[in-house]
Amino acid sequence: MWRGTGAFRLTSLLFGFAFLYAPIVVLVVYSFNASRLVTVWGGFSTRWYSALFADAQIVSSAWISLRVAFLSALIATVLGACAAVALARFERFSGRGLFAAMIMAPLVMPEVITGLSLLLLFVALDIPRGLGTVILGHATMGMCFVAVLVRERVEGVDRALEEAAMDLGASPAQTLLRVTVPLAAPAIISGYLLAFTLSLDDFVIASFTSGPGSTTLPMRIFSAVRLGVSPEINAAATLLIGVVALCLALYGAAHVLMQERTKKG
Amino acid sequence: MRRSWPEKLILTAPFGWMIALFLAPLAIVVKISLSQSALAQPPYTPVFDLSSGFAAFFARVGELSFAAYASLADDNLYMDSYLSSLRLAGLATVLTLLVAYPMAYGMARAPARYRPFLVVMAVAPFWTSFLIRVYAWIAILKDEGLLNHVLIALGIISEPLHIFGTDWAVMIGIVYSYLPFMILPLYNSLARQDPALLEAAADLGAGSLARFWLVTAPLSLGGVIAGALMVFIPAVGEFVIPDLLGGSDTLMIGHTMWTEFFDNRDWPTASAATMVLLALILVPLAIYDRLRIREFP
Repeated sequence: MWRGTGAFRLTSLLFGFAFLYAPIVVLVVYSFNASRLVTVWGGFSTRWYSALFADAQIVSSAWISLRVAFLSALIATVLGACAAVALARFERFSGRGLFAAMIMAPLVMPEVITGLSLLLLFVALDIPRGLGTVILGHATMGMCFVAVLVRERVEGVDRALEEAAMDLGASPAQTLLRVTVPLAAPAIISGYLLAFTLSLDDFVIASFTSGPGSTTLPMRIFSAVRLGVSPEINAAATLLIGVVALCLALYGAAHVLMQERTKKG
Repeated sequence: MRRSWPEKLILTAPFGWMIALFLAPLAIVVKISLSQSALAQPPYTPVFDLSSGFAAFFARVGELSFAAYASLADDNLYMDSYLSSLRLAGLATVLTLLVAYPMAYGMARAPARYRPFLVVMAVAPFWTSFLIRVYAWIAILKDEGLLNHVLIALGIISEPLHIFGTDWAVMIGIVYSYLPFMILPLYNSLARQDPALLEAAADLGAGSLARFWLVTAPLSLGGVIAGALMVFIPAVGEFVIPDLLGGSDTLMIGHTMWTEFFDNRDWPTASAATMVLLALILVPLAIYDRLRIREFP
């Protein structure tokens, strides 16, 4: 299959993937560098990891980020799955175009716009900023991604299965809970994982919506990065990449499950 | 069709949420962009206070202040920021396309059993922290960074390249960060093409270049447009990339607006700047909405 123009395709793949992964590999490798300098290899060491865990501010921010990600992804998944079902199954309702546009826009809209507007909302309503407002912001962002992911899956569910359930006496709500949701479960799980990692990574929306005592890990990393490259940040970044890789592996498992179900279905 | 209450809830819960936390906040930005800045907490004089009744509400329409928008038009910093953002985002989108197309092409024409793996590999970086991926480039691009070390060691250059802190670094950052958004729609449009079309073109005597330009490329135009929109729209308002990789003379509106908001605390001007940014991306955003692009990583 690599014959003819295959050499060109193989080269472009190799260069492309090298471009995508080299910076990440460099980052991870230098987190184990004994030297403080980025360009000098001073031998293998885990000293920056110990320094990281000794840093109380970083550790507390990491816990805040994990709590925010856990809760906001939960809200995002429930609301996003509802939005997905509404868009996939309710053909006509007033404001459908507006609803669809509101779900699609945050996927590409610059985060400074969503961040600023959320902050101004909280100020206008006199809501004190803190953990809760960051969760609200991340849940709003996350639900749009979940909705798009789950919608595709729900649209792929065979309507005949739902109709069969209804013919057997199930109410629309029962049909949804017992037939549609279980069939869309892998997409819902991967939606949760996506919302979780997006929240864990977000810097811009968190900066606008957080208050005193709710500094998230990316905010902490950002202020450190502004002062320059440091091996501690590389170590923190490596750990974060590790968490995401774990989520990705779970997502992959969910995906395989989804495909097996499709084959059976 | 009558819907039962659980069905109504399924619709109204996310709909209400988005109105409250997406649409209403945008309306508030419009409102504040029309108020005057004040040295107060919050730092603006409110307009449109419904608590004083509708009569007062309409009386105040006359008091709307376009001062914030006027100051945007007067201030060269803003005009330059908008133009520079459009230019950098536009150029970076073209560069992203140039990097992504051969990759997507290679993926779409790879043996079928490798394709799902290649897609996962292309999309995986999107899942890791955006901030960290931008940060990784600082150590590479700096004057004493890895790239210069390698190039000097190989004897390709004798003096370090000055990339970090320039618009080039910002564009590299955008290309790198948004690459998955370009690859995926391109891959999908390329992988969907019927191989029989290429065979037909070959039977009619088209060479491999002609087959690409006359068959493959035009058929992938949908993917090109989708990918370009998904890179261009968010890149115009980018804050993190110009802040970390750009220099003091790099102007991008997301960054200018951030400074106005957090450092100068001029909320009306920052709000007006945000509204103008939204207006700039409204047309691409509308096309994106129309195309119902669902291909995101």
